[in-house]
Amino acid sequence: MKWAAPAAVLVLLLLPLVLSSYAVTIFILIFFYGFLGQAWNIVGGYAGQLSVGHAAFVGIGGYTAAMLSIETGLTPWIGMFLGGALAAVLGAVIGYLGFRFGLRGFYFVLLTVAFAEICRIAVSNIDAVGGALGLYITFTGNARQFQFQDNRVYYYVALALMLLATGVVALLERRRFGIYLTAIREDEGACEALGVNTFKYKMLAMVVSSFLTGMGGTFYAFYLFSLQPNTMFGIPLSVEIILRPIVGGAGTLFGPILGSIILTPLGELSRLYFGQSGLHGLHLVAYGALLIAVVLFLPQGAYPYLRRLFKGSRA
Amino acid sequence: MRGHSPRRHPSDIGILVHERFGLALDLTLVLQGLLSGLLFGGVYSLMAVGLTLIFGVMRVVNFAHGDMMVWGMYLAFMLATRAGVDPYVAFIGCAAALFVLGFVVQRALVDRILDAPHEMQILLMLGVALVLENLALVAFGPEPTRVRSALSAATIWLGPIFVDVARLVAFGVAIVLALALYLFLFRTDLGRSMRAAADNSYGARVIGTDVRRVYAVAFGVGAACVGAAGALVAPIVPFQPPTGLSLSVTSFNIVIIGGMGSLLGAFVGGLLVSVAESMGAVFLKPSLKELFSFSLLILILLFRPAGLFGRRAP
Amino acid sequence: MTPPLLEVTALSKRFGGLQAVRDLSLRVAEGEIVALIGPNGAGKTTAFGLISGFLAPDAGEIRFRGRAISGLAPHRVCALGMARTFQIMRPFPRLTVLRNVMIGALGRHAEPRAAAARARAVLEELGLGAKAEHLAGSLTLAERKRLEIAKALATEPALLLLDEVMSGLNDTETARLVAEVRAINARGVAILLIEHVMRAVMSLAQRVVVLNYGERIAEGRPEEVAGDRRVIEAYLGDESVDAAPA
Repeated sequence: MKWAAPAAVLVLLLLPLVLSSYAVTIFILIFFYGFLGQAWNIVGGYAGQLSVGHAAFVGIGGYTAAMLSIETGLTPWIGMFLGGALAAVLGAVIGYLGFRFGLRGFYFVLLTVAFAEICRIAVSNIDAVGGALGLYITFTGNARQFQFQDNRVYYYVALALMLLATGVVALLERRRFGIYLTAIREDEGACEALGVNTFKYKMLAMVVSSFLTGMGGTFYAFYLFSLQPNTMFGIPLSVEIILRPIVGGAGTLFGPILGSIILTPLGELSRLYFGQSGLHGLHLVAYGALLIAVVLFLPQGAYPYLRRLFKGSRA
Repeated sequence: MRGHSPRRHPSDIGILVHERFGLALDLTLVLQGLLSGLLFGGVYSLMAVGLTLIFGVMRVVNFAHGDMMVWGMYLAFMLATRAGVDPYVAFIGCAAALFVLGFVVQRALVDRILDAPHEMQILLMLGVALVLENLALVAFGPEPTRVRSALSAATIWLGPIFVDVARLVAFGVAIVLALALYLFLFRTDLGRSMRAAADNSYGARVIGTDVRRVYAVAFGVGAACVGAAGALVAPIVPFQPPTGLSLSVTSFNIVIIGGMGSLLGAFVGGLLVSVAESMGAVFLKPSLKELFSFSLLILILLFRPAGLFGRRAP
Repeated sequence: MTPPLLEVTALSKRFGGLQAVRDLSLRVAEGEIVALIGPNGAGKTTAFGLISGFLAPDAGEIRFRGRAISGLAPHRVCALGMARTFQIMRPFPRLTVLRNVMIGALGRHAEPRAAAARARAVLEELGLGAKAEHLAGSLTLAERKRLEIAKALATEPALLLLDEVMSGLNDTETARLVAEVRAINARGVAILLIEHVMRAVMSLAQRVVVLNYGERIAEGRPEEVAGDRRVIEAYLGDESVDAAPA
C-alpha cells in the first residue's frame, strides 16, 4: 500500500483539470479544514489535550496578516508566518497556564474556550481592527497579495497546506517527540516516572499546533476576503476544527483528512440544500449526531475502524 | 415629598463622585443592580445546582446544560403562545419535559460512556449540545425571542429602587424549588440512594441500589432544574439558540467557583455570580460583561479550581 | 569511603492531620538490595513518592549519587538514574508492549530505532519478548508486573524502586520474578523494594528496613529483623503478612 499515498496526491494534483468550479470549491474546503484539523491533531489527538478554542489561533493569524496587509501593504505570504508566530505566542501562553497549573480534561477545555471568547470579545470591541463589523479586504486579484483570479490556485495552496501539516505530523509520529506525545495522552504520571518532561512536550505540541493553525487563519481571511470576530474566533469554528479529526480518528495520520472528506461535503451540501428552504443549522444537527455516534460506536474514529476492517478482510 | 412619585430620577438622590477615579457612582444605581442581581441569582443558583447534581452523582460534566435551559425557555414560549399558559405556571411543565429529556439522554447515551476517558464524555455532551442548539435554530429561527407574562411589566417600588415583580417571583420559585430538591435529596429514599451513589457507586450497588436508575433520575432532575429555570427567566431576558453556550459557560463558572459537586456551593455561587454580573453591567459596557466573566473563570481555574466549598476534582 | 548511592536523612511528610513519614533515614549502597517493609499504612509508598520526586518533603534531605534531589521533578530524578514502578500498575494500555518500554528507553537513546532495540533487549530479559507487538492492555497480571519493571529498567537506572511487584502472584510466578530481580541486581542495579510477600523479602534482601506509622523501627539483615520483637508486634495487628521466612 506504499504507493497509495503518492498516487492519491497525484490524483489530487490533476483533479482541477476535470472538476467544475463548484467542485473545486468543495475540495478547497476539504483541504482547508483537513489542514486545520491536522494542526489540531498534534495537540488534541496525539497529545490528548482537548482544546475547544483553536479558533482563537485562526483569528489571530488571520487578523495579523490582514492588518499588516491593510496598514503596511506587507504581503500576506510573509504575513502568514507572522500571524502564525503570534498565534504560537498565544498558544504558548495558554499552554503555560494550563500545564503549569495542572489543568486537565474539562478544566483545560474551559481554559481554551475562555481564551478564545476573550479574544473574540476583545477584537469585537477594538475599532482599530474593525470592531464588531470586522475587516474587509479589497479584491485586487494580485497573487503577491495572496489573491488569485482563478479558484484553482486556491485549490493548490490549500492542498499544499494540508500536505504540509500532514507532513509535519508524519515526521513527528516517527520521532521521539510524537512517541512521547502518545504516551502522555495515556498517562502523564507514568511518563514522568520514565524520565519524560511532560510539560516541555505538551508545550511544544501546543506551540506547533497553534503556529500551523495561525497560518490557516491567513488563508481563511484572504480566501473569504472578510474577517468577522464572531466567525474567526467563535466556538462554532472551534467545533468545526475538532470534528474532522475526531470523526476521522484523533491521533492518527489520516484521521483529519478522512474526517474532512466525510464531513465537509456533507456540510456544504446540506448548507446548500437546507439553507435555501430556510432551515439554518440542520447540517450542524447532523454534525452533532455524527459526533455522538462516533463517541458511542467508533471512539477511535473512522480511520482506525476502516483499517482494521481492511486488514481483517485480507487475512 | 418625593417618596410617592412613580418615576424617580437616580440623579435626585445624591451622586457620589470619586474624583480620584473619575467615576460617577450613583448609589441608587448600585443598589438597584445589587438587588436585581440578587433576585436573578435565584435562577442562576437553580441552574448551577442542576449541573452540580449531575456532576456530583456521576462525574459527568453536562456541556449541554445551557442548551437544555434554552429549550426550557422555548417550551415556555410555546406554552405561552399556543396554550396561553403563563411562564410562571408553565415552569412545572417545562421542568417535567426536561426531566424526560435528561432521563432519556442519560439512559440512551451517557450511560454507555460512564467508564470512558473524560475526553469522550466531553465530546458526547458537546454533540448533544450541538444537536439541541441547532434543533432549536431549525425550529425557532435565529431571531431573539421574548415571552410575555402577566407579570412582565409589573414593578414594585421600595423607596428609590424598583423591583421587577417577575424577578421577584422567579427568585421565589427558584428558592422553593431548590428547597424541594434539598428535601428530596435528604429526606426521601430515592434521594438518599442518589447521594449514596454519588459518594460510592460500588458500595451503593452492593447494598442493592439500582445505580443506573439513580443516575438517570439524577440527570433528569438536573435537567428539570434548568427546564424550570428557563421558564422562569424567559419573560425577563430575550433569548436565542446561541444563548445556550453563554448559559453553559455561566453554569460552569458558578459551579467551579462554588466547588464542583457541592450543592451549597452552587447555590451560593449562583447568587454571587449574578450580583457580580449585575455590578459589572453597572460599571462596564454590556459587551465587556462577558469579558469580565471569562477572565474571572480563568483566574478561578488557575488559582482555586476546588472552589469555595469543593472537595473533589473532576 | 564512597557515599552511598541513595542517602535519605530525617525525611518527613504530613498530609493534613496525618504524619505519613516521620524522621525517616535510610541508605542504599551501590548494587545493594534493600527491602522496605511494614504494616499497611506505614508510609512505605509515601516514602517512595518522596524519594522519586512525586511528593515534596516537609523536612529532610535526599541525596542520590551525592547530589541533593529533593524537590526535583520526577523526570529529572529518573534522568539522574533512579527509576520506580507503581503499586497500582500504570501501563500505557493503548500502546504496544514494545512502545511502552520504548518510552523508558527513549530517555537514553533519543533515536527511536536505537530505543526500540534497547527495549527489545529489556523485554527479552524479562521474558516478554514474544509479546512485544501486543497491546499492553491485553497482558495477564504477571506479565503486566514484568512490563512495569521492564519500563523502569529501560531507563538504565542505577537504583530501581520496586513497589509491591510480587503481590497477587502465585508461587511459580513469584519464584520466577524473584529470580529475574536477582538477575537485574547481578548486573549492578541497586534495588529498593517495598514488599509484603515475606518469601520474596527473605530471599532477595541483603538488608531490611522496617517502618511503622511512618517511623523506622528496625533495620538489619532479614533474619535479624524477622526475630525482632518490635517488628512482630507491629505486624500482629496486620493480616496481610504472607508466609514465614523461607
